Amino acid sequence: MTFTLKNISLASGLVTNIAIDGTQVLSIGSEIHGDVVDCTGLIALPGLVDLHTHLREPGKEDSETVLSGSKAAAKGGYTALSAMANTSPVADTAGVVEQVYRLGKEAGLCEVFPIGAVTVGLAGERLAELGAMAQSAARVRVFSDDGKCVSDPLVMRRALEYVKSFGGVIAQHAQDPRLTEGAQMNEGAVSSRLGLAGWPAVAEEAIIARDILLADHVKSRLHICHLTTKGGVELVRWAKAQGINVTAEVTPHHLILTDDLVESYDPIFKVNPPLRTNEDVLALRAGLADGTIDIVATDHAPHPTEDKECEWSAAAFGMLGLETALSVVVKTMVETNAMTWEQLANVMSVNPAKIGGYDRQGVPLAAGSPANIVVIDPAQTWQVDKEALSSKSKNTPFHGYVLPTKIVHTVYEGIFVVKNQELTGLKYE
Amino acid sequence: MKSQLLSINDLSTADIHSILSTAAELERITDGPTKKLPTLRGRTVVNLFFEDSTRTRISFETAAKRLSADVINFSAKGSSVSKGESLKDTAQTLQAMGADAVVIRHGSSGAAQRLADSGWISATVINAGDGTHEHPTQALLDAFTISKSFPDRKSDFSGLRVAIVGDILHSRVARSNVLLLSKLGASVTLIAPPTLLPVGVETWPVKISYNMDEQLEEFDVVMMLRIQIERMSNFFFPSEREYSRQYGLNEERLLRMKKSAIVMHPGPMNRGLEISASSADSSRSVIVDQVGNGVLTRMAVLYLLLGGAALTEVGQ
Amino acid sequence: MSAILESADIDRALKRISHEIIEKNQGLESVVLMGIPTRGAYLANRISLILEELGAKVPVGTLDITMHRDDLRLRPPRPLLPTLMPPGGIEGKHVVLVDDVLFSGRTIRAALDALGELGRPRTVQLAVLVDRGHRELPIRADYVGKNLPTSSKESVRVQLSEIDEIDSVEIVGA
Repeated sequence: MTFTLKNISLASGLVTNIAIDGTQVLSIGSEIHGDVVDCTGLIALPGLVDLHTHLREPGKEDSETVLSGSKAAAKGGYTALSAMANTSPVADTAGVVEQVYRLGKEAGLCEVFPIGAVTVGLAGERLAELGAMAQSAARVRVFSDDGKCVSDPLVMRRALEYVKSFGGVIAQHAQDPRLTEGAQMNEGAVSSRLGLAGWPAVAEEAIIARDILLADHVKSRLHICHLTTKGGVELVRWAKAQGINVTAEVTPHHLILTDDLVESYDPIFKVNPPLRTNEDVLALRAGLADGTIDIVATDHAPHPTEDKECEWSAAAFGMLGLETALSVVVKTMVETNAMTWEQLANVMSVNPAKIGGYDRQGVPLAAGSPANIVVIDPAQTWQVDKEALSSKSKNTPFHGYVLPTKIVHTVYEGIFVVKNQELTGLKYE
Repeated sequence: MKSQLLSINDLSTADIHSILSTAAELERITDGPTKKLPTLRGRTVVNLFFEDSTRTRISFETAAKRLSADVINFSAKGSSVSKGESLKDTAQTLQAMGADAVVIRHGSSGAAQRLADSGWISATVINAGDGTHEHPTQALLDAFTISKSFPDRKSDFSGLRVAIVGDILHSRVARSNVLLLSKLGASVTLIAPPTLLPVGVETWPVKISYNMDEQLEEFDVVMMLRIQIERMSNFFFPSEREYSRQYGLNEERLLRMKKSAIVMHPGPMNRGLEISASSADSSRSVIVDQVGNGVLTRMAVLYLLLGGAALTEVGQ
Repeated sequence: MSAILESADIDRALKRISHEIIEKNQGLESVVLMGIPTRGAYLANRISLILEELGAKVPVGTLDITMHRDDLRLRPPRPLLPTLMPPGGIEGKHVVLVDDVLFSGRTIRAALDALGELGRPRTVQLAVLVDRGHRELPIRADYVGKNLPTSSKESVRVQLSEIDEIDSVEIVGA
């Protein structure tokens, strides 16, 4: 199919036309090819790339499937997502990652990159067959025990070393297990009042510090998942200054929500790692703006209603993210003038694609680049309605929030998977 | 007064005075041969206990029965409550049974608030202890006990010096008492090893001490908290003997206290660990009074929450 | 709005009641006064002062009836008012309940229940400053300061100097 996004603004602010033919950008400029889609007032960015998504398939298909997660991704402007390994069975073999990869292809709404487990069964004891997963059809490059920390320093060291052979990266969920036994929320003034077991910042920072030093020692690549603390930002800043090969992510919710929301005891705010203080939020924003933090990743974690409709300590950890991520980042970073649209494209598309080694993703829009594009309306606000989300689950902490910026079109490999804010039913085969 | 009692924060100082003076009046009224009042006839109070606590349940049950309410004891312990739906399901069952008040004891902090805010139930929710969060009626009965021990003060505790000693970190009694006693003007000092004080305690309206012997002579009230022996396994303190030596109320310490000072304990006590038998049984001890005052205070709370029309019924 | 009773009228009425109490009980032995708070308690005090002038001290107490009311659910919960046992108690005594206005009789019904909680008097009598009629229960007063015919839409306002600055009884509104 050939069409032209006419009168569209690039991240740089330049207003132009983007012509697409097949799966490629044909031209950017005055040329018009094929059908014309008027995009006056809209902005085109390279399709968003999520490096941290929980899809729940196989195992908990009542919460989310690869297909429903892909729909949510497309609605959120994503053309790629990365399926975390903590499914049931765990994605710790070539068989499981290939199954997820195939389901992603079948869904055809965005590119689905399986993440492989670092250790067998996420148990933290024996390395999973990282090489087999790397060589499988899914070509896994990112490995993570997310949900659990690779806490044994020797196992972490070996994993960092091992993935060097195929250019892989270990994405660490930094959480010292002993320091967070039974932990329910950020440890501080609020937890002291609420009588909820505290989750100290140091439990996150101690692992980050250790892993930075390990990555330096074995000269491998380390990615820190969902950074949440001011101290963590400082550690990553220091590591980068030393030239250590470390990247870091932050979630949208940690850029905006704080631990005082837990005072409601509403488990919709229960998440791992926990919501921190306003001081941490400001440090995360500053770190994202100055490049210390490389990317925004959703940590989209769907849970069925009954896992949140209960008392706090019995509830599951996690929040939805795919369909609200861009708007939250716009609200916290762009509207506050902390970042430009180009920087936003970097942290939500270009950088995550680089970390994951996703060749057809996160490519700045130019003639010949892959036609993975999100078109947004920066002038339109919308009210989040958990019932209207495409995810199978409803556990968004933003229900009722009025957020800026609407996703208008999502073009995946030249196909309008979302057009005029609606899923079209089309897919890329 | 709000229509729920989930936290001491739900109460204004005027509410607290009203509860304490009501308890005092109830004591006078029920001093005679008949202890039962007809006030809550036809109202149903459910004791919903997800955790064993015979003394708190009996106290609420006695209070409700003395006001002629119908009492249903619903012990949810042992049933499969780990998933939490059962809190919702149980709530809806109680709703269908026409409960006017639910007195809830739960091991999870915030469970009472969850029950009250969820929309699962329209009954008045009274927190009888939620996890390590709060136990508001215990604090109220403690304040009532203090006010009786210092009759000149009525319920103005300004300048009164109260020490709360022991496992503050895991104590709902301490949290409620800190809020309540400081609202009434008392100066509260928490005495504990640093391991048993929560991170963030510096934001509380209290003084902190790690040393029980430092100012013992200055306190008007010494409230000892129960220490759970299983805490030792998490390195909160090295041994029972060391804890007892550092933070136990023994005879020698008892003798150093002010003449007018009183000793309190929410029970159940570990005699010989946080409190010696001689301290628990001494003339300064008001521990037994606390039990009787518990019934009166809970009667006052039940009366003030259930005795009148619901606020919506009178259009306020 | 003109007062039906003014200070001097109230004094006169209470004096008459005091004499009637002595007369009816053939003296004041075993007589105790129980005022129903708030204004009944002040009236009981005043009667006791008059009786003292007439030569005898009678014990005075107060009796809060809140917990025994049958209209609790029609209004928000109200704080309890003090119940004070008269010195010597009420067991076997002639208890004179004192209230400001007798209307439906429900307060007195509740008072009889409340009194029952405290003990078993030999007799219970009732003294009121104003009887305004409209009884809903078979209750009558032994001593009445003033019978005041009213319509059920009106209300009677009693003010006593102890808390209201002035002494007066008036009919308010229709």
